[in-house]
Amino acid sequence: MALLATIGRRSLGLFERLGRGHLFLLSVLIRIPGLLLRPRLLLQQMWSVGVESLLIIAVSGSFVGMVLGLQGYNTLVTFGAQASLGVVVAKSLLRELGPVISALLFAGRAGSALTAEIGFMKATEQLSAMEMMAVDPMARVVVPRFVAGVLSMPLLAAIFTAIGIMGGYFCGTGLLGVDEGAFWSQMQAKVMLVQDVFNGVLVKSLVFGAVVSWIAVFEGYDAVPTSEGVSAATTRTVVHSSLAILALDFVLTGLMFN
Amino acid sequence: MKDPRLIEISVGIFVALGLASLLMLAMKVANLADFSAPPGYEVRAYFDNIGGLQVRSPVKMGGVVVGRISDIGFDSKRFQACVTVRLEQRYDHIPTDTAANIYTSGLLGEQYIGLEPGGEESYLKNGSELTITQSAVVLEKMIQEFLYNKTAKPEPQSP
Repeated sequence: MALLATIGRRSLGLFERLGRGHLFLLSVLIRIPGLLLRPRLLLQQMWSVGVESLLIIAVSGSFVGMVLGLQGYNTLVTFGAQASLGVVVAKSLLRELGPVISALLFAGRAGSALTAEIGFMKATEQLSAMEMMAVDPMARVVVPRFVAGVLSMPLLAAIFTAIGIMGGYFCGTGLLGVDEGAFWSQMQAKVMLVQDVFNGVLVKSLVFGAVVSWIAVFEGYDAVPTSEGVSAATTRTVVHSSLAILALDFVLTGLMFN
Repeated sequence: MKDPRLIEISVGIFVALGLASLLMLAMKVANLADFSAPPGYEVRAYFDNIGGLQVRSPVKMGGVVVGRISDIGFDSKRFQACVTVRLEQRYDHIPTDTAANIYTSGLLGEQYIGLEPGGEESYLKNGSELTITQSAVVLEKMIQEFLYNKTAKPEPQSP
């Protein structure tokens, strides 16, 4: 009996949290127009969410691209088709690796920071203090962070992909001796603008950016206002957003490329 | 808190970098526009069949890349494919009776134009035409001919 009660309580709690999360998203979305009046807040967050993630994105992008170049070459050379290396590198980066890996890094680098920041604001009662001063903490704290995350993600994914392709190019043509013209010409012949660049990089990373930012700001705002609660919320942000990214990637790929 | 001016500048750089990457992906990877080529001169060659030749495929001479294909079109008067080749400026002593053949590197590799120099005293210049050409080998055609020969031969011997 006690077991059944526990299961019931847990699932009710889960659904309640899901509902709260969606109501929270709704109240974030209706406050977005208000952000236009204070673009400086957005700028501040773009800096801490986007610019500060730039280095990790650039470095990982170049390594992922170079590894793709090496591994792709090893497989292709057995068929004498190493000229297709450009296609392999570009397509896998544009469609999957670029948006997914940059979103995972973004969740770890920026998402956790967002949760911790908002969570500690709540724990140290800064959010309540804002309410006391008739400042809406949703509009002042949550919305700029959410919008900055949504806007930064596609830019970061584009940078990641571009650097990755350059890494694959240097690895393939410089180290392994793939023909430079064939690398680019085959890539250009096979990569489609709308299907690969637009669908892959832009749409996927916009979705990932929105989901990761939503989870991060919600976990922070909903955190138990103690140090333990904030640390648990930060962990949940990284775990849940990583799972959400991978699951959504499967769904999006199924919708887009079939 | 950081200097607001610094934040503005770095966010500006970040956004510009992101948009530049997108532009690079659209232009260079998905090929919306061709990118710059080294200085050179262009010659034309007509082929009956170019096989899988593509723009930017290499043009080799003795195995060395001496130029790239800059344009492929179809001449509706001659009913032949017109391939424009851009040769690098430093290789400007190629005889006019040079032969252009289409080869494949490896069994599944990409196709390229191989040049075999002739003995003429005059050299190719911008706008010249390579008159001696040999088309790409089409695998299906070869198999077809092979099978045809195979089936045709035994007939006179059969009783």
